[in-house]
Amino acid sequence: MIAALRPMMKTHRLVMLGLAVGAVAWCAYALRWDWIPTYWNNGLILTGLETTLSLLAFSWTIGLFFAIWLGLAQASGPWYLALPAKGFCSLIRGTPLLLQLWFFYYGIGSTFQQFPWIRHSWAWTYLREAWPYALMTLTLSFAGYEGEVMRGAFLGVPKGQLESARAFGMTRFTILRRIWLPQAVQRVLPTLGGETVLQLKATPLVATITVVDLYNVSQTVRQDTYVIYEPLLLLAAVYMAITGVIVLIFRWLEHRVPSKVA
Amino acid sequence: MFDAISHLFDPGQALGLLAYAPPGWGGNLLAGLGRSIEIAVGAYAVGLTIGIFGAFGKIYGGEVTRDIFGIYTTVVRAVPELVEILILYYLVPQVVNSILLSFGYDRVSLPQMPVGILVLGVVLGAYMTEVLRGSILAVPQGQIEAARAYGMPPLLLARRIIFPQMMANAIPGMANLWLNATKDTALLAVIGFNELTLTTMQGAATTKNYFVFFIAAGLMYLVISIVSGRFFARIERWARRGQPLVRGGGI
Amino acid sequence: MKLKLMALAAVAALGLGTAAMAAPVKVGVAAEPYPPFTSPDASGHWSGWEIDIMNAICTDQKLDCVVTPVAWDGIIPALTAGQIDMIISSMSITKEREKVINFSDKYYETPAALAVTKDATFKPTAEGLKGKTIGVETGSINKDYAEKFFGKTSTLKVYQTQDLANQDLAAGRIDATVGDEFALQAFLDSASGKDCCKSMGALPYDSATLGTGIGAGFRKSDTALRDKFNKGIKDIRANGTYDKITKKYFSFDIYGG
Repeated sequence: MIAALRPMMKTHRLVMLGLAVGAVAWCAYALRWDWIPTYWNNGLILTGLETTLSLLAFSWTIGLFFAIWLGLAQASGPWYLALPAKGFCSLIRGTPLLLQLWFFYYGIGSTFQQFPWIRHSWAWTYLREAWPYALMTLTLSFAGYEGEVMRGAFLGVPKGQLESARAFGMTRFTILRRIWLPQAVQRVLPTLGGETVLQLKATPLVATITVVDLYNVSQTVRQDTYVIYEPLLLLAAVYMAITGVIVLIFRWLEHRVPSKVA
Repeated sequence: MFDAISHLFDPGQALGLLAYAPPGWGGNLLAGLGRSIEIAVGAYAVGLTIGIFGAFGKIYGGEVTRDIFGIYTTVVRAVPELVEILILYYLVPQVVNSILLSFGYDRVSLPQMPVGILVLGVVLGAYMTEVLRGSILAVPQGQIEAARAYGMPPLLLARRIIFPQMMANAIPGMANLWLNATKDTALLAVIGFNELTLTTMQGAATTKNYFVFFIAAGLMYLVISIVSGRFFARIERWARRGQPLVRGGGI
Repeated sequence: MKLKLMALAAVAALGLGTAAMAAPVKVGVAAEPYPPFTSPDASGHWSGWEIDIMNAICTDQKLDCVVTPVAWDGIIPALTAGQIDMIISSMSITKEREKVINFSDKYYETPAALAVTKDATFKPTAEGLKGKTIGVETGSINKDYAEKFFGKTSTLKVYQTQDLANQDLAAGRIDATVGDEFALQAFLDSASGKDCCKSMGALPYDSATLGTGIGAGFRKSDTALRDKFNKGIKDIRANGTYDKITKKYFSFDIYGG
């Protein structure tokens, strides 16, 4: 504990720490925070947090699943799989997420209503909501970016490993499951932490299509109370805390997975 | 052939909305694209400047400098760009104006463009610092020591030894940041800046023809990304001249 | 970083300080099509009733007014932070807003109205709207109104602009929207509004949420500009310019009583 604190025990760091504490104290004292109880009690803050976190979690999981296949298709698939996969990744990575989001929600989403068979089907309940579009766009985006990362990871696994696996008579699927994928995943882990943070930082855009995430809640507060900076500062602090947690999780994960690649 | 194509843009045709002159929105969209590129280039320049200072500060600076840049890069990279842009977009004019007022000048309203450039540049600068720092650290220490031992002055050392070698490492990261810069300009749409995405949305909302506009804008962004991808690949090949190629395996 | 920012700002300030004397008045307009009051045309210029009125007033008062599009949800912070000098964006004069900014005298007045999908059969009351989804524009009086009267029994969906709420009404993703009647009517008369939606007429007036007419917004410290603008409103009302412009867009007087 003492040893961990030692790097902090330098004069300039103590001064900076003091300044930081002072700044926080000043913010707490001089700025307006009286809106927090209202929005805490009506549950809006927690709703926003929940939406942000679940959008992140689901888009991450589903996106990564697709990314593995996208990476695989590009790394060793036949051309009729590799080419579309490459095209998809370039398309996603080459256009702004905001544009994609608006395209799906305001573009495609507004056409469904003219088909009676869609309007009267079970899907209409979901197509009327905004979050399915948000989740889909975020998932596709994550798949596109990670597909590229996975391609690099698959190609980075030494050839000899795969050749010897084949020499042992492993089937292609077994090679993938036992040799190729684990080593590729091992390689992307350090990158994946950063990419997850980037994905978190992409989520506030969903507020522009009426999804009530954390960012949207802060905007609501700003609109209702005419307080300009405080909700944004608190929001920034919350995102920093979530980022911190993500970084810690990945550090722990990297620890658990042996990092020596043969 | 050309005739057939140019007729596609007639008013009333599918692409008539995109014709260059009004009532087509083409000219307006291109102007939006121009503003987007202008912001991206400006922000990239600001980011590069901050990044160079940041990288050298983080490696060769004193303890205080290093810590300050450390806080800057950590905080900026942990908070969504949209939130940062929003905070800075209101904060910058307010700070400028309170300085002006306290010196007895009149309040000015800053033009949007420089504020947008500055805001995006500050965000990009944090990433640029990390990219450049990593690429400088990848230059073998022995080379720098050898150059020092020969009595090379610091500037010459930077120009002849560090810079050429770090370029090869830095270019992929810098290329990514350039693409981020072009795409991040779209975030300014949320604060009402008339760049490509907002112009697209306005055109789409006015004409109620969402597909034509979104696809057109998407293609424009895609062209930027493909063209600059080619450009950076060429620079990287130039920077890596003389180095062996690295290739991976596959099933 | 802060220091650097300040230094940059100071440099910028020095450069601009000399040019600040005859500075144009930046008029903030919500960056969205809001016909017939403010909307961008294909060449990127802004036009509409409000733009014409603004130009008439600025000419009358010899002000150099420049339209500056900003996001509606940030239009008040943009004013107080100094990004713009004036808000002309169909903004109603309310007690809440007056705590933060100053308003000119009103220059027009519109009731709130309810637009619904064509097949709707319910009544425009809290009872009728029970369980329905109502779209409103963020930070608008209509949102406050809908929250107050329908918020407990209906779901509110908050959009960044009224135009997007209209768009989603046309797409059938909301059952109704509360908006300013004149602008809503313009949407219902348009090609995309005609087929999908209809009006349920004006909603009962509520002074607490709906305010007292529409005015231009100014910084608290900028009383000189506001006084000039008020003088301008009086002048163009007196010399007939106001009515002439109104006739171009409406078949009735929108100034209100």
